[in-house]
Amino acid sequence: MNSIPILEIEHISKRFPGVQALSDVQFQVHAGEVHALLGENGAGKSTLIKIISGVHRPDEGTIRIDNRPVSFNNPREAQALGVATIYQELSLYPELTVAENIFMGHAPRGPLGIVDWREMGRRSREILESLEITDLDVNRKVGGLSVGQRQRVEIAKALSLNARILIMDEPTAALTEADVQRLFSIVRLLRERGVGVIYISHRLEEVFLLADRVTVLRDGQYVGTADVKDVTSDQLVSMMVGRTIENMFPKLPAVIGDPVLEVRNLSRRPLCKSVNLTVRSGEIVGLAGLVGSGRSELAQTIFGFTPAQEGEILLNGQAVRIRNPGQAMRYGIAYVPEDRGTQGLIREMRLRENVSLAVLRTMTRSGFIDTAQERRLAAEAIEQLGIRAYSIDQVVNKLSGGNQQKVVVSKWLASKPKVLIMDEPTRGVDVGAKAEIHHLISELAQQGLAILMISSELPEVLGMSDRIIVMREGRVVAEFDREEANQKNVVTAMMRETAEPATASTGQGVSV
Amino acid sequence: MTATAKPVPTPARRDDTGNFVSRLISIVSSQEIILLFVLIALLASVGSANPRYVAERNFINIFNGNAYIAVAAIGMTMVIISRNIDISVGSLIGVLGTISGTLAINGSPIWVSWLVPILVGALVGAAIGFMVAYLRIPSIVVTLGLLSILKGGLITVTSGEWITDLPEGFFLAQMKTPAFSILGLSIPAIPSPIIIMFVLTLIAVLWMRYSQTGRAIYAVGGNAEAARLSGISEKRILMTVFILNGVFVGIAAVLWATQLSIIQSTVPPGLELQIITAAVVGGVSILGGVGTAFGAMIAAILLSAINSALVFIDISPYWFRAVVGILILVTVLADMLRRRRTAAASGD
Repeated sequence: MNSIPILEIEHISKRFPGVQALSDVQFQVHAGEVHALLGENGAGKSTLIKIISGVHRPDEGTIRIDNRPVSFNNPREAQALGVATIYQELSLYPELTVAENIFMGHAPRGPLGIVDWREMGRRSREILESLEITDLDVNRKVGGLSVGQRQRVEIAKALSLNARILIMDEPTAALTEADVQRLFSIVRLLRERGVGVIYISHRLEEVFLLADRVTVLRDGQYVGTADVKDVTSDQLVSMMVGRTIENMFPKLPAVIGDPVLEVRNLSRRPLCKSVNLTVRSGEIVGLAGLVGSGRSELAQTIFGFTPAQEGEILLNGQAVRIRNPGQAMRYGIAYVPEDRGTQGLIREMRLRENVSLAVLRTMTRSGFIDTAQERRLAAEAIEQLGIRAYSIDQVVNKLSGGNQQKVVVSKWLASKPKVLIMDEPTRGVDVGAKAEIHHLISELAQQGLAILMISSELPEVLGMSDRIIVMREGRVVAEFDREEANQKNVVTAMMRETAEPATASTGQGVSV
Repeated sequence: MTATAKPVPTPARRDDTGNFVSRLISIVSSQEIILLFVLIALLASVGSANPRYVAERNFINIFNGNAYIAVAAIGMTMVIISRNIDISVGSLIGVLGTISGTLAINGSPIWVSWLVPILVGALVGAAIGFMVAYLRIPSIVVTLGLLSILKGGLITVTSGEWITDLPEGFFLAQMKTPAFSILGLSIPAIPSPIIIMFVLTLIAVLWMRYSQTGRAIYAVGGNAEAARLSGISEKRILMTVFILNGVFVGIAAVLWATQLSIIQSTVPPGLELQIITAAVVGGVSILGGVGTAFGAMIAAILLSAINSALVFIDISPYWFRAVVGILILVTVLADMLRRRRTAAASGD
């Protein structure tokens, strides 16, 4: 392509407190091109599209539209220059009609500045027809529409603003197969009309079906751009994972014993479908998968927070029914949740009160808390996990992220579990605390705990796990032993459409 | 569990012995202390301007005047800490007080006319709790509906007639301890509402601080999802909170009904706001999870003291509401700033 790009990005860097989200990234979109943006969780894709759409301002670098440098103070300014974004969570007003949503904020007006409803309806129909959408009544309320229909309304809204650059963030994540096909034909129509589409997806096969070029980001860095016809899916996976695991995961040898937790055909729709897995004593099982693949949902189903609809859970070979977290705890299951802020901590409470929360019932005498015992427990937790706090009476809100995470972990260790489920145990903690938590997990396994560890960080999963289970769209799609697992086959399993064992397929991975 | 994280932690100061002073401080956290100082400062300054303000009679009146509000504020404290609200308490006090008086003039034993309102209060609380915890209706909506039902129902049933000719011995709130002197110190007669207020507040503070259920109330209000994931039954806790609130409202209603020789059979206007104000000014966070009944009690006394002070320093009592409004705003603002500061300090 030798035309001038409509959007050109150079040397973009963006730093958030504690993270370098993007450094020196470049990216281009031509008119009439579908440009896919690929990368693992946390690679910087979201930050990049937020910079293009005016949500964030870059610390460094230039954005050019039609070869003119621009800078956006807010999304409105980006819109005015023809940049429209369709996010994963659609942002429509359910109580308003299709036409009102399409023209929200820029309704056609008649004399006296009164909204011209007929004109609005006419132009809405026109836009929809131009997209070959004929099954949408512009006077219907958006609240009653399917996800696919709402997405089409969003696209019409973008076109009503004369968008020339359309960003789509995982547009197929929540769509049915039929809706996906319609979306593809709409995207192709837009391409013919000269719109530059930035297409973000975790599904490699979509990239091959739809995109002209693809750019890969990794850890906030630009890896490369290629013509889709010149690359294979294996090459793309290599570009995405690329790094080597440093020896920062001290997996200690542990004796692996009998199965402690067995899950058979466990279902809880929509994101946990007929899952089978086994965790043995002393074993660390890593649960990998993309965000939204159903990993946390599986954990919360086992823990009884969202009880199972079908299937069996066996503990030490005995079938148990778990309908709420209290029961799961009594069976010796502990769950360190994904988000310590909203699910793990009571932020206004003291350290000791947080540590004892899950075991309060075991340390009360006739309904009253044995505070001496509680203090001992909290003091032990500080020592064992190396929590940096002034005192056990410190309010946890004032602790650092890593120390807050240790408080949540110690809360669950206090319940002396046999099965420990950890959901993103080191998210948002600093490197030092991370190493400490890894060491602790390793030691707990040595002591015979059965550990199920969910993580979006591949090096963590590969470095810590005895066995790796990969989930995709609510199902277990692959399983690897520690020896056979590597970044490439795990990522391939995470992203590939078909559920066949990832080790068996080495080809293009394009399924139509 | 003997695992230790490898990099040796910097030793943290731990008071596992739990010395008395630190426990005392943990019971009475800052907001309560501040209010106590404000109250003492007010008594001292207005008292020096006009000594009659702190003379025995008025001094006792300051404590006695809002005692039933302080008792109701104990229940409100629990409700707000659990991240709910009850705006029907004023109407409920009116209804329960009327029930109490009606029983008394129809010949029920005095103890029955005191006990029944408390039981009815608990029942009403259970109904509110059921709708909030199990039917998932926001408590503000439930109690807004209840407020109208109670208010309208009361007027309809009593036609606004006052209850008079109450029997001797009914007037619980007028009873006093005998005055006596010890070591040359003369202890004046203390009205029973003051004693009831202090005793109930003390019990409530200790129960909320040291019982498993009390702790769970703070946990549910602080972060309901984390509490549920820790095995706490949010539904059971909310039921408990609203039933207990009903009990305290019942006791407050008996104190309210027995303070004068007549019962007005109407809903005291703005009473629920005074009760909520006491809780909020007392440091109970409207965002849930924080506060004590002790703070609410001090705030109730402070409000009474301010009201009285306006009379003694010759300021129109109409200013009272404005002063109370400022107090509410200042307290909530302080709470917000405190939360923002600690949230910022945690670095995420």
